[in-house]
Amino acid sequence: MGMTIVEKTLAKATGQKIVKAGDVLEPKVDLAMSHENGALVINQFNEVFKGTGIEPKIWNPEKIAIIFDHRVPAESSKTATNQKKIRDFVRKNKIKKFHDIRADEGGICHQILPEYGYVRPGYVVVGTDSHTTTHGALGSFAFGIGATEMASVWTLGRVLNVEVPHTIKVIVKGKFKNNVTAKDLVLYLIGKISAQGANFKVIEYHGETIKNMSTSGRLVICNMAVEAGATSGIVPPDKETERYLREVAGVTDDINFILPDDDAIYSETIEINVNELEPQIACPHTVDNVKPISDMKGTKIDQIVIGSCTNGRLDDIEIAANILKGKKVAKGVRMLVFPASWNIYKESMKKGYLESLSNAGAIIMNPGCGCCLGVHQGALGDEEVALSTTNRNFKGRMGNPKAEVYLCSPAVAAISAVYGEITNPLKGGN
Amino acid sequence: MPKVIYKFGDDISTDVVYPGRYMATVLPIETPQYAFADYVDFNKNLNDKNYPEGSFIVADNNFGCGSSREQAASCIKGHGINVIAKDFARIFMQNAINLGLNLIVCPDIEANVDDDIEIKDNLVINKTTGKSFGIEPLPPARQAIIDAGGLIPYTRKKMLEQLKK
Repeated sequence: MGMTIVEKTLAKATGQKIVKAGDVLEPKVDLAMSHENGALVINQFNEVFKGTGIEPKIWNPEKIAIIFDHRVPAESSKTATNQKKIRDFVRKNKIKKFHDIRADEGGICHQILPEYGYVRPGYVVVGTDSHTTTHGALGSFAFGIGATEMASVWTLGRVLNVEVPHTIKVIVKGKFKNNVTAKDLVLYLIGKISAQGANFKVIEYHGETIKNMSTSGRLVICNMAVEAGATSGIVPPDKETERYLREVAGVTDDINFILPDDDAIYSETIEINVNELEPQIACPHTVDNVKPISDMKGTKIDQIVIGSCTNGRLDDIEIAANILKGKKVAKGVRMLVFPASWNIYKESMKKGYLESLSNAGAIIMNPGCGCCLGVHQGALGDEEVALSTTNRNFKGRMGNPKAEVYLCSPAVAAISAVYGEITNPLKGGN
Repeated sequence: MPKVIYKFGDDISTDVVYPGRYMATVLPIETPQYAFADYVDFNKNLNDKNYPEGSFIVADNNFGCGSSREQAASCIKGHGINVIAKDFARIFMQNAINLGLNLIVCPDIEANVDDDIEIKDNLVINKTTGKSFGIEPLPPARQAIIDAGGLIPYTRKKMLEQLKK
């Protein structure tokens, strides 16, 4: 009987020959990632050892990554104190994969992990962040967990009681129109299967469109798999995966692919053709409330956001910069750009993208999660509307339950900034 | 008899349960004050202790979708409230089990605010309408964590076993 990528990965991580959906396992973890919520993980980790007389000890500091991104620089003394607590813990426990609030190493965790080669094909990756699904783009089985579960992983080096998920096979065919991208594809998919459509399942992406997609695009479709409820998104690793790991991440050691068997069993197969796909918009207040842009044209916007673990990568900033070069952000509209890492920030600066964007009136913010989760760096006023390349539009997501958030691709965000309303990049403006 | 204190629809995200702007508050003893903070009246009633322990929140599908923030589970638990939903999002469900928050998966639940609820023999009994609805049992693997009193004691036990080997 054939196995999916995730089944094979879990077989390897538990030393078994065959694993099938529904089995309950305790897989070994190859990488365990946390961000500022590491403060809660530390608390729970110490609780595990309480009353045992045993000094709290991490199973393997080499396999832990901690990246500050959610609130950088700290927006409050409380956050700064949490970050200080984590920094002390990192030093004491000799955790090397630590990325502090610095322009020579910082960025969003879901960009740093691929960029520094911390995630590889065949790895079991857990993160105290729901968008940990992102790392399936490099062929790892990556999923989000809570802080207490991470404390358990830090103690034991394995995840307890993982029920092997069923897998949905999504086959994508066709060629995108210019300015239609991976973001439009994944929004379309979420709209089609709903925010619950992949609950407790993995989405395995196949087809010529995925084969021709850059790692940057694959990171987008795996990142947002969680918005359909998926445990993880995953792309079978290939030459592009290897290219990314060698050229971008600078990986020099062996890379071992795990690929699905031809006779693997899927719970469902979905086919999508992108030839005629138009840009997609997720409307308030759920990510599956997706409409083609032609239905939403003319919606007035107060704030445009380009960035996040979904769409703050170099090609996203390039698209926005090319659209905005020599143009102006409409009067009364604020535009915020958050590169996903400092490496991307500097590369965008070198290529002149940041100059084009700032000349147009956009504010270039420091890399990090920014206003996506509604803590700081760009709150919305009552009844204001944001158009954003981020991944969530739940009520109150950007900090104000009386505001609205629409989600889109970087091309839609950039052209809409010029007109101050939702605008179709295929039509080159209104 | 415990009552339904709030009725939600589909896809209630953890941003609704515990808004992002309070995420710097992490400790389970401190999070309950911000439960459903944007539902100002509901939040106030919770904080004023106007609901007896064991009261129920009822929701439709996919309760707890979105962010993995564990505060969404700890803040409800801190108020001693149970949640009945048609189903739950994966990470929220796991967090709740890990912390010992009582979740009841009841795919056909029908209940409104103020209805009296009794849980008996794997059934949710709506005493107000007289209807009963089946409870979906948790998978055995998850039940083991609940039986151990949560993931912290469960992990502690596993660690001590490992050290003995």
